[in-house]
Amino acid sequence: MDRKAVVPVGPFHPLLEEPEFFTFTVEGEKVVDAQVRIGWNHRGVEKLAESKTYDQDVFLVERICGICSTSHPFAFVQAAEDISGIVVPERAKYIRSIIGDLERIHSHLLWVGLAGHFIGYNTVFMWAWKYREPVLDIFEAISGNRNHYGMFKVGGVRRDIKESDVPGLLKAVDGVEEFCTMLTRAVMDDPVIQARTKGIGILKKQDAINMGVLGPVARASGVEIDVRKDFPYAAYDKVPWERIVLQNGDVFDKTAVRLLECLESVKIIRACLKQMPKGPIDAEVREVGVGEGIGQHEAPRGECIHYILSNTSNYPERHKIRAPSFMNVASFKKTVIGQQIADAALITAAVDPCYCCTERMAVIDPDTKKVVMTGDDLVKLCQEKTEKMKK
Amino acid sequence: MNIIEEIRNKYGDRVEITEKARHRVYVNIARADAKELVAWLFRDMKARFSIITGIDVRIGVELIYHMSFDAQGVLVSVRTQVPKPELEMPTLTDVVEGANWIEREIHEMLGVNFTGHPNLKRLLLPDDWPEGEYPFRKKTYGSEQENAVREEER
Repeated sequence: MDRKAVVPVGPFHPLLEEPEFFTFTVEGEKVVDAQVRIGWNHRGVEKLAESKTYDQDVFLVERICGICSTSHPFAFVQAAEDISGIVVPERAKYIRSIIGDLERIHSHLLWVGLAGHFIGYNTVFMWAWKYREPVLDIFEAISGNRNHYGMFKVGGVRRDIKESDVPGLLKAVDGVEEFCTMLTRAVMDDPVIQARTKGIGILKKQDAINMGVLGPVARASGVEIDVRKDFPYAAYDKVPWERIVLQNGDVFDKTAVRLLECLESVKIIRACLKQMPKGPIDAEVREVGVGEGIGQHEAPRGECIHYILSNTSNYPERHKIRAPSFMNVASFKKTVIGQQIADAALITAAVDPCYCCTERMAVIDPDTKKVVMTGDDLVKLCQEKTEKMKK
Repeated sequence: MNIIEEIRNKYGDRVEITEKARHRVYVNIARADAKELVAWLFRDMKARFSIITGIDVRIGVELIYHMSFDAQGVLVSVRTQVPKPELEMPTLTDVVEGANWIEREIHEMLGVNFTGHPNLKRLLLPDDWPEGEYPFRKKTYGSEQENAVREEER
């Protein structure tokens, strides 16, 4: 078959931190080429950060991402502390870990829900999002906000967790664990989900290393990286937990890594709540100091890294941000080519970039330039394939 | 053998190594040797390519290649200066595919010309952005008076 069609996907969705624009070239059902373009939502945060003080920057970087809003402040404050070796009080470290991993749970559950929707399992979508709510309630109890918690500051955290709240929080965490365990079993044992995701969109280990992918995407391909273990920070080296690494690199393994990680995060949060020492929650920081610093944090999507060059003023001279999706999104070229277009929605979503793609997909006939399929049609195509499999 | 000694053994006095903290090592190297060092770290020493930071230092652009040794828990940052006005640096994409996007970003934001890059097109800036306008370059102000005004505005 020599007739090729071009499928543009994207770019905008107001919910997501990184609008992307994919152009899939398809031959019949098969994807033969994939191009990616980003930049629709480039807000110049790196430049903006140079005109704000270190205290203001913490709030600024929190607004980079709406889903994992803590990841950037977490990396930023560590970069600022790294410049002149500011020591963070023990209690603040535990609180940081609790916030960081609660976020991982809610971000992963959100993704599992959407993945379920893409393959036509709206029950999974409803469940996962229902069980995500108690996590947001815990956030509200700790910080007063369901998202954008404003917990971080250079030298510590802004709000304490009251001792009297701990039993209630532990109970809420137990509930989250119960849901996560149930959901993990339900998703991983389902034969249709297995048929639909196993062997699809494989990212080989060598490709994963070459593309520098991070987080669950890399760990699903057998690359053993996790900043929380490799560069111990906050309280991650003080509590017991395992790093989840799987070998196949397909959509199923990417799902499994995320689901299993939620359970590890529950362990971290519970241990942190129990072990948290008493004491101050922030160190007095008179100045950040002159020099350079790097902060790393394992965000739900992978390593988030901030580099700060500081001069004698209260403003950074240069602030470089690298979010994990910057590396992960580029791996599409390896995973989508050779796959069916009905799986493209799922494979693009499996990297957990942002979901902007799928909802604005459209198939355009190259000769007439007319839209022959919309994004909804493509999701439907993906869902119909599941329906056929069930029969 | 730890990675700092490895680098010192192989490159001797061509590199200047600063161990800032246990997890943070900075290596200064001349532009001519930088790519070779980074490629060696990635291929033979099995470092993970993390990212490149570009900084406008007025006389040129400083590039910092962040190479992560996860098993040892060390982040090696290889720093080199690329002088203006040519701003030429050999591309890393033939060694690390993942460097493709960040080199495109540094190209459009700071104007560094990565020679040999397969697709040095714009990544983040819009297509109608004016040529030769680099948003991440530092503004150079003429007189001291102007600088004072700038400080006041802040």
